[in-house]
Amino acid sequence: MTAGAAGLLIPGVPLLLGLLGLLLRPGDDAPRRPAAAVGIAGAAGSLLVTFLLLFRADQPIEFNKRWVSIGGLDITLGFSAGMAALYVALAVCVVALFVQIYSVAYLHDDPRYPPYAAQVSLFTGAMLLVVTSGDLIGVLVGWEVMGACSYLLIGHDRRLPEAPAAALKAFLVTRVGDVGFLLGVALLVVDAGTSRITAVLAHDYSTGTLTAALLLVLAGVAGKSAQFPLHTWLPDAMAGPTPISALIHAATMVAAGVYLVFRLYPLFTRSPAALAVLGVMAALTILIGALSATAQDDLKRVLAWSTVSQIGYMTGALAVGSPAAALFHLLTHAAFKALLFLAAGAVIHAVGTNYLSRMGGLREHMPVTFWSFVVGLGALAGLPPLAGFWSKENVLAEAAHATEAGGGPAPVWVGWLVWLAALFAVFVTAWYSTRLLLRAFFGTSRAYGPDGPDWAIGFEDARYTPPPVPHDPPGLMRWPILLLAVLSAVLGLAAYAPGFRSALELDEPHLDVAIVLPLVLLAAGVGAAWWLWRAVPGADPAAALGPARAFLAAGFRLDDVQNLLVVRPARALARLVTATDEHVVDAAVEGTGTTTTRLGGVLTTMHRVSLPTAAVFLFLGVLVLGVVALWSGSST
Amino acid sequence: MIFDALLIAVLVLPVLGAVTVALFPARLDRAARVAGTVFAALTLLPVVLLPFGRDDARFDPSASLPAVRPWAEVDASWVPALRLDFHLGVDGVSYPLVALTALLTVLCCAYTVWRVPEGGSGRTLLALLLVLEAGILGTFLALDLVLFFLFFEVVLLPMYAVIAGWGGDDRRRAARKFVLYTIFGSVLLLLGVLTVTATAGTGDLVVLSGGTELDKHTQYAAFALFAVAFAVKAPLWPLHTWLPDAHTQAPTVGSVILAGVLLKMGTYGLIRIGVGVAPLGAARAASVLGVLAVAAILAGALICLRQTELKRLIAYSSVGHMGFVLLGIATLTVTGLQAALLGNVAHGLITGLLFFLAGAIKDRAHTGDLAGLGGLRETAPRLAGLLGFAAIASLGLPGLAGFWGEAFAVVAAVQRGGPLWLTLAVLAAIGGALTAAYFLRLLRKVTHGPASPAVLGVRPAIAGPEWLAWAPLAVGVLAVGLVPALVLAATAGPMLALTGALR
Repeated sequence: MTAGAAGLLIPGVPLLLGLLGLLLRPGDDAPRRPAAAVGIAGAAGSLLVTFLLLFRADQPIEFNKRWVSIGGLDITLGFSAGMAALYVALAVCVVALFVQIYSVAYLHDDPRYPPYAAQVSLFTGAMLLVVTSGDLIGVLVGWEVMGACSYLLIGHDRRLPEAPAAALKAFLVTRVGDVGFLLGVALLVVDAGTSRITAVLAHDYSTGTLTAALLLVLAGVAGKSAQFPLHTWLPDAMAGPTPISALIHAATMVAAGVYLVFRLYPLFTRSPAALAVLGVMAALTILIGALSATAQDDLKRVLAWSTVSQIGYMTGALAVGSPAAALFHLLTHAAFKALLFLAAGAVIHAVGTNYLSRMGGLREHMPVTFWSFVVGLGALAGLPPLAGFWSKENVLAEAAHATEAGGGPAPVWVGWLVWLAALFAVFVTAWYSTRLLLRAFFGTSRAYGPDGPDWAIGFEDARYTPPPVPHDPPGLMRWPILLLAVLSAVLGLAAYAPGFRSALELDEPHLDVAIVLPLVLLAAGVGAAWWLWRAVPGADPAAALGPARAFLAAGFRLDDVQNLLVVRPARALARLVTATDEHVVDAAVEGTGTTTTRLGGVLTTMHRVSLPTAAVFLFLGVLVLGVVALWSGSST
Repeated sequence: MIFDALLIAVLVLPVLGAVTVALFPARLDRAARVAGTVFAALTLLPVVLLPFGRDDARFDPSASLPAVRPWAEVDASWVPALRLDFHLGVDGVSYPLVALTALLTVLCCAYTVWRVPEGGSGRTLLALLLVLEAGILGTFLALDLVLFFLFFEVVLLPMYAVIAGWGGDDRRRAARKFVLYTIFGSVLLLLGVLTVTATAGTGDLVVLSGGTELDKHTQYAAFALFAVAFAVKAPLWPLHTWLPDAHTQAPTVGSVILAGVLLKMGTYGLIRIGVGVAPLGAARAASVLGVLAVAAILAGALICLRQTELKRLIAYSSVGHMGFVLLGIATLTVTGLQAALLGNVAHGLITGLLFFLAGAIKDRAHTGDLAGLGGLRETAPRLAGLLGFAAIASLGLPGLAGFWGEAFAVVAAVQRGGPLWLTLAVLAAIGGALTAAYFLRLLRKVTHGPASPAVLGVRPAIAGPEWLAWAPLAVGVLAVGLVPALVLAATAGPMLALTGALR
């Protein structure tokens, strides 16, 4: 079997197993083992094939077959993956496998686990299709199937009343972006005559068409990767189960947009306008995400806004002309963000609530989880020598390089914008990471309010039930967390490995004086949060934000702006169109019926005249005919 | 020879079946229904065998092609004075619709064996379904203009009877509106047919295709008449108002046939006769058609956002989907026409499935009101899963059948180029997003959330006959989504010839 044909197994196996899993018997008493087996087998199978291809292949693998030809546009189905794509596929498979294993324990009491596992498998296959497809239509298929699976999985938990609305919002906001994506793909495909990516990258587009197409594609990227202004769905998507947040909303789907720009980068380098727009989007996203994360009370929402911000780093790196830095940060982010979400799941599982204001003092009871959070948050903040430090340094270095004239394909002001935003966000990221750690794991437990746990008062006696002590998660949940912690710690050093570096086309990491500034900001952020914590024991450091806290917690009220600018006009337009349809269009149709009936009535009345009147009409008619006959007779 | 005989068999078997069913006495009602289903299943046999008669070597690919190159053909003179020949034929353009008709009819007949809606005897309904099938198959197979008109008319009264006899509460008014509105369209179709046959001296579609027999002004007049007639059938906004009531009031099998196949008669007619016989008229009217098609997409989607009843929502969604098909036709590019053909088949499969499921939900919960339904996935997870699958297929998820028609109608509009068509492409893409909005709103109201009282009493098990009726459609949706070449196989040539006549 050639490498390319084998490569088709990478998305194929999880997709097929996911479809099979959906056919399994649903319902509250369905067996869980087959579903778990199907889910884990899918991820493991893809992982195996990806490993094999990584070690055996030394050049990009291409395998394309004709799928359909519509009006002379050739659509192909195939596998096209260079080394970088295989590393991304590896990351997806690893995180998916860990999430499937973790979910077996996390959802042990959920009766709807079988369709969940099948949908996760379907999602994994769709993401792998996006990563390995050699054709833009194939990417579109995977892209949208991911969105559908995300919708199904966010709405999974039947106990949460906000989940269906969050699922709807996620799908619709990304769908709005996908409108632009479809149009951009249409422009590219129509001009090139085929949708094969290698052909599209080599095609000579006119500047206008290219810029328009790329800006439209960026709309889709913004939607899928939760960039400003289409980022509003991601914090609400935290209503989904935590393993889903780890897989979809941290490591894979939101990274798909970044990966797409990476894949189409040769086209982007030809369009400085598109890169400038990307840069502005990235800078705004970095700041909005980081600042909103400072004020959140919900643990998962902090991580969600943090994801928005970190993906802004990736898109920023792309905007300043360094796709390699973006991809490196994508890989490290996948590791530490998945770690953070899975560890957060362990905390939520143990404590029973998402809210930081109800946590505290977990360090003594959950040491493993605590140290995983330390590693994860350290990587997030960019603490050396953890993975995030290396990738963030890379992004900052590239952004700084782009501030020099001729430093990249984008204009110089884009470089300045991205660099300054990224630097400021280092401070903010360190601040909210420290706040998270302190609020959740240090201090006294706030689980039962200021008066402590309640007495259970019965009719004959009063009982004091010792509160359940939070404990570290069971084995199936713990091992994925530990492995991801190891990865988050050492992945950054992979930049020193020549094979990895050449695959990503990364520059050799060099530590020079430029790392001082981010480290100083990091220390300042950590210090500020710690000082606020120490200054007022037990209080939330976010209280220092003062009146701005509510504004930041609501994500700069951008949800309300979206509601005002999009949702309400759409509803008003729907009311208008429905009213027009009923009262104008249909009324005209019904009107013909009533008019005809009335006309018939009039004619009936006319026929009911009395004999003398009828005789008068008859003679009038004879008179008219006679005049006509005389006149035509005289004219001949 | 044998394939020509198969062609006649395709038309004769349903008629024989209808007569047989009508001869059964009232006490053997169920046996009559089974017999009718057997005849419908027998019709599938020649339909399945027809593609094997395809002989591409018969036509010289280098010569200037007629747009109609039938695989099997029957041509006999019938009424020369009316220029009416009994000329039947099937090619790559009409075959997918013929197969879709045969499939949907046999599924509806099987469903009727199991469950007869209130209002009349089951065997009468089945006989009417078979007569409908004969009429629709005749429309798709006819290669003579007057014969086409004949079969077009055959379909009207049985459909009226189905809605008025077995429909919902407001069925008589809905059936009346449907039949009167469609007859108005048929009058215009007759005028168009007469214009063409009188001017050209023949009604043979093989000869007329390409518009070589007609001068420019006749083509303009003919296309105007044809376009309005088929726009009523398709339906195209603003000539669509017969559709919501007809679909809502019709019984389940009536809605499936109406949405699945009857609407396709309009779009097929527009491609085969409108664009085929009067291409200059089509080229002249293309912009107007395109604008109305996009208006249909947007209006259909926006009206669906306000709907509160399950069947009515699916009915208005048909207006939107047919808008995409008509946009593809209006671009007059090969991409657009092929997208329209794909969209036709996809819509037939998906909306057929949606109406089956809506009927099943209404039967179980005794209400179709969205406010009364809710939490279906709690009590009937399989049914909710199927509804979710059908809704997601209908909103055009890539990988399922609906994607190809919608996406490539947009691509065709982009391909046509120019400010008008690019604007239409953008608006159509926005319509796609609105389609997602209303379908997801439907799913949220019906499947998610806590179970409402009406849903708590829903029987979760899906009966054998229901699986039999739904599974082929679900598999078909996935199959066409993954292998669109199943529908497009022999269409490239005819579509190239059709658009070639425009240059």
